[in-house]
Amino acid sequence: MHKIWIIIQREYTSRVKNKRFLLVTFLVPLLMVGLIVGSAYFSFKGTEERKIAVVDPNGFFKDKLKNSNQLKFEFSNDVDTSNYQAKGYTDILLMPLFEGDKKADYILRSKKSMGFSLQESISRKINAAIEDRMLEKAGIQQSILDSIHQSAQIAELKAYEDEGKKSKESNAGLAMAIGYASGLLIYITMFIYGTMVLRGVMEEKTNRIAEVIVSSVKPFELMLGKIIGIGAVGLTQFLMWIIVVVTLTGVGFGLLPDDMQNQLQQLQQSGGQMGAAGMAQASESAKNIYAFQHVISTTNWPLIIGLFLFYFLGGFLFYAALFAAVGSVVNEDPQDAQSLMFPITMPIIFSYIITNVVIQNPNTPMAFWASVIPFSSPMVMMARVSYGVPTTVPYWELALSMVTLIGGFLLTTWLSAKIYRTGILMYGKKVTWKEMIKWAFAKS
Amino acid sequence: MEPLLSLSHLVKHYATQKAVDDISFDIQKGSIFGLLGPNGAGKTTLLRMITGIFYPDGGTIQLDGKHFDPLLDIREIGYMPEERGLYKKMKIGEQALYLAQLRGLSKADAMEKIKYWFEKFEMQSWWNKKVEDLSKGMSQKLQFVITVLHEPKLIILDEPFSGLDPLNANLIKDEIYNLAKKGSTIIFSTHRMEQVEEICDHIVLVNLGKKILDGTVADIKQQFKEYIFAIETNHPALIKDNTLFSVLDKADKNPNKILVKLSNAVASNEVLKYLIEQNIPIVSYNEVLPSLNDIFIQLVEDTHAKARAFQNI
Repeated sequence: MHKIWIIIQREYTSRVKNKRFLLVTFLVPLLMVGLIVGSAYFSFKGTEERKIAVVDPNGFFKDKLKNSNQLKFEFSNDVDTSNYQAKGYTDILLMPLFEGDKKADYILRSKKSMGFSLQESISRKINAAIEDRMLEKAGIQQSILDSIHQSAQIAELKAYEDEGKKSKESNAGLAMAIGYASGLLIYITMFIYGTMVLRGVMEEKTNRIAEVIVSSVKPFELMLGKIIGIGAVGLTQFLMWIIVVVTLTGVGFGLLPDDMQNQLQQLQQSGGQMGAAGMAQASESAKNIYAFQHVISTTNWPLIIGLFLFYFLGGFLFYAALFAAVGSVVNEDPQDAQSLMFPITMPIIFSYIITNVVIQNPNTPMAFWASVIPFSSPMVMMARVSYGVPTTVPYWELALSMVTLIGGFLLTTWLSAKIYRTGILMYGKKVTWKEMIKWAFAKS
Repeated sequence: MEPLLSLSHLVKHYATQKAVDDISFDIQKGSIFGLLGPNGAGKTTLLRMITGIFYPDGGTIQLDGKHFDPLLDIREIGYMPEERGLYKKMKIGEQALYLAQLRGLSKADAMEKIKYWFEKFEMQSWWNKKVEDLSKGMSQKLQFVITVLHEPKLIILDEPFSGLDPLNANLIKDEIYNLAKKGSTIIFSTHRMEQVEEICDHIVLVNLGKKILDGTVADIKQQFKEYIFAIETNHPALIKDNTLFSVLDKADKNPNKILVKLSNAVASNEVLKYLIEQNIPIVSYNEVLPSLNDIFIQLVEDTHAKARAFQNI
């Protein structure tokens, strides 16, 4: 036992003290945030502004076509298709004369073709304008329409789950978000740390030190030491990422424009109940941020985080053993590793796909089985529990899932240990899964 | 005297063959013991059973009078396998410490012993170097140090001289003698017979999983002697076939040395008497015992070591 601890220490410190580890740990969250900010920035900056000359014989579009960030409409009578470019316009929009209900096409001519979404935007604006015009003709005023539209937003959906006498507010949006996020996280970390275990196990073979080590410790102790050591590295890295991201987000919120922060405070204080006028004033984004914060503070975090840690570790241990088995039979050729990894990576990818389906439908038989079978349960069960325990997921289902995952990783560890002790001393021969399975089930 | 290591009817199967097929022998304390055999003979498998890496399918191993315990007795054994690498990216001092601790030494003990051996081999300046920065000779010295640093009773060296230049090979050889003198027992496994003749007291030759020879180098040579003598003279042409001996075609590098094979029941002194009577000036006259290499080839020639079958432990 003591020897496993020595191995764990060595595996852990040799990786954590590595410059590359620190770089990745701090760089990745920065990159992610940079990516998000950058793409937002570029999507903003990368759009073009269009100056559109509109020729409208009908005369009623003038006040209806509102300008936006990218579309600037100018109504003119002395512009036509031959001179619009010379006059500095990027496009010309020719409206037909509308007669009654007869269908008519409007024509957009451009120096450079306009993008699809902008064209759609123009279509929408014109259709809205035509609709308004028709409403007006039918005697309905635009301003009345607007205020009705606004006031109609007085009803909001509140969902509840009933379990016997207890009743709990349910939030499908949040469930989806958490389910999706944890599924994605577990998926990514399985791949990253699984391959880290694979490469870690290959270390003894590529350095040809396997027999030296195995003459001092049992192969099982070496394998376990590596898996736990590398798992600890992963956990450390993961926790550091969370700290960095939480800090950045906190800083990010602090950098929001002042008026937004004020609105947020107001929303928080009044507990989300504001008069229609107040609601109207609060900007869309402030409302979203408030909803996000409200929902964050009402979730059962201890349960979610506890279960996340359990499934994160359980899933890692389950798959890490398999990665270790593959690593032990690979020689110097990385190609071998690719083909042997296939039966391990397939279930992981498959589980991710199933998770995305289960997020929308957490109560189907497939959802149940996928949340209990250890290959997929880490990701799928997380998606289901965010809908609520013991409502969507009864206690016995959760218990079953946890027990099978524990049993699962004990089993994969035991089988992989047998593959590992044979594979690690074998040099030069290419090994197939068939042989590995034979070793795994051979009598000790 | 009770042997340090006693193997009794050891058997080890692999998927398609018996790698070790009923082998028994004893190794005395303080001896330098040679385990010989061609590639694929079962030497490595045997060594792996002695070091506890493999478990025998049959037979017993006794270490120092007690049944061998792979977990506890590891501390008493030092093993330098044929595939002996080191973690390239790890620093040397750190690595020696790590490996010593895995062997069972406490951190403090390990540090003390490492410092001692590093000084002995003039390796102190290497402490913070990474293994990949060492030359081959340096890393082999390091491997040897790591093997013996915990002062084991039994030291097992599998092809210890492979890849070493004569200078370093000599260094290791001297160290082997020193360790034996201090009471360690050494098992030296190789298929290089010349090295064995020089160093080992007692040898065992294995082939195809079976023991073929077991005895001291001297005894074995006597066992296989062919009554060949070398006569060195200034007039080699004077030496011709006669009733006492026949001249062998096997030429020596030295044209003045003639090899002769004595006829049946002829005593060595009779030949000397004859040469003197013939007035043949003798520069030197000695028996040429067969080399272990010759004996080895003779015994192993018609057998074919099967290609190593891959393994079911």
